[in-house]
Amino acid sequence: MHGAADVEPVVTAEAPPGPRSTALADTTLVIIAFVAIWQLASWIIGRDILPAPVATLRRLGAIMADEDFSRHAWETGRAFGTALVIALLGGLAIGLALGAHRLSGEVAEPILVALYSIPKITLYPVILLLFGLGISAKIAFGVIHGIIPVAIFTMNAVRSLRGVYFRAAKAMRLSPLQTAATIIIPATIPEIVSGFRLGFALTLLGTLIGEMFASQRGIGYMLVKAMETNDVLTVMALALLLITLATIASAILLSLDRKLHKRALPT
Amino acid sequence: MTRASWIRLAVLGSAVALLEVTCRLGWVSRHAVIAPSEMVRGAWRALGQADVRRDMLLTLSTVAQSFVLAILVGFAIGVALHRMPRLRRALDPFLASYYAVPTFVFYPVFIVLFGLNRWPLVAIGFLFAVVAVAINTLDGLSRVPRAFLRTARAMKLSGAQTLARIVLPAAAPWLFTGAKFAVAYSFIGVIAGEFVQAGAGIGFAIAFAYNSFDSLTMYGLMILLFGIVGTINMTLWSYERRLYARRGGR
Repeated sequence: MHGAADVEPVVTAEAPPGPRSTALADTTLVIIAFVAIWQLASWIIGRDILPAPVATLRRLGAIMADEDFSRHAWETGRAFGTALVIALLGGLAIGLALGAHRLSGEVAEPILVALYSIPKITLYPVILLLFGLGISAKIAFGVIHGIIPVAIFTMNAVRSLRGVYFRAAKAMRLSPLQTAATIIIPATIPEIVSGFRLGFALTLLGTLIGEMFASQRGIGYMLVKAMETNDVLTVMALALLLITLATIASAILLSLDRKLHKRALPT
Repeated sequence: MTRASWIRLAVLGSAVALLEVTCRLGWVSRHAVIAPSEMVRGAWRALGQADVRRDMLLTLSTVAQSFVLAILVGFAIGVALHRMPRLRRALDPFLASYYAVPTFVFYPVFIVLFGLNRWPLVAIGFLFAVVAVAINTLDGLSRVPRAFLRTARAMKLSGAQTLARIVLPAAAPWLFTGAKFAVAYSFIGVIAGEFVQAGAGIGFAIAFAYNSFDSLTMYGLMILLFGIVGTINMTLWSYERRLYARRGGR
């Protein structure tokens, strides 16, 4: 999978497999150890600076019971969902086009890599000036974070396809759209899912950062408000919520990713 | 230069020219985007100011601190997990979903913890970078061919010798990949933090210029920042490509 690691620090060479039951028990142990360290750190540093797990959970319960919360969560969900769809479809289209046409890909790759690795948060004034305050700025922020890794992954996957696929498409006189839908996408689906996984994570990050700056609503806004009033308990509670959701979503995508890679024929 | 590089140069050049023309003709509001030539003028003017130079140095040194910490700690974590396969298996799902977590939300906690100085920024850059280093170290170590290690044993190399002569050179490209990510992620973390809450640094200066409607300074600083970060990242990236190409792909 040449080049994919240009953007992907996340897929590790898979750990040697162990029995399934102990793996589950070990994961539980890790979570317990994590909570224990958190509790211990809270005792040492002080409850006012690092709230304890139980207090954080209780605050999270209180926040979620509040009627305002569902409005904020819905706002974030809507912005994130829209940004995700745009980033995934846009990245897929860009990646397919650049992957299928070799010269365009060569021209574009360094540009994409450079765009991927600059601190895009710097662009927030520009996004705000172009889109104004509100949901479209948040969506734009999510999209600029998520679209590039999806494009790079898709491009590299299409590039490493064997020429025989393209020759077959030509022999059957498929249109470019048909070639993409019936040959290229099915052949590269494992890599596309890897790209989606990274795109998902970065779109979430981008949307939240966008909310922190460019919004009066949403979970990012709640975070920034808590930050300004030095309400550490609320910050920790929201952080816990986001981390749990992101980890669960990522774990689902990861297992899909690994399943597809295992099933894929060696090229 | 290859044909692709020429085309790339032409594409980028015409994009800049197009933006210049659109701005000069007044098709986009000059409050939103200013012409590229104006941006360069802003950058030049900003470079002449002592406090801008100080902000840039401050940001660079903060990034350097978080980079060094991330490399040291990330490498240690990678080596430790390589030695403990069971712990590694248990941590694997968490490592793989680490970058789905908006680490950024801990920035306020760090501010409370360290106070409003440069350390929260170092900490957030470190958090962004450290796991990439750990994962790539782990990746590199587990790709050292078994035969190499058997050879080391056959030659009765000591542990330190094996590490210095065999393991590190064999894992070098992956370690380099980790370092490359550490640079990019330290920059992203530190500058994001400066935007949110800080009293100095180039991210702060850009946010400040934005809030005081000084778009000349804002765009000037922006292209300076992108120039610096882009040059560093692209240099590392092209060196990395040669590193992998030399050993025949990943």
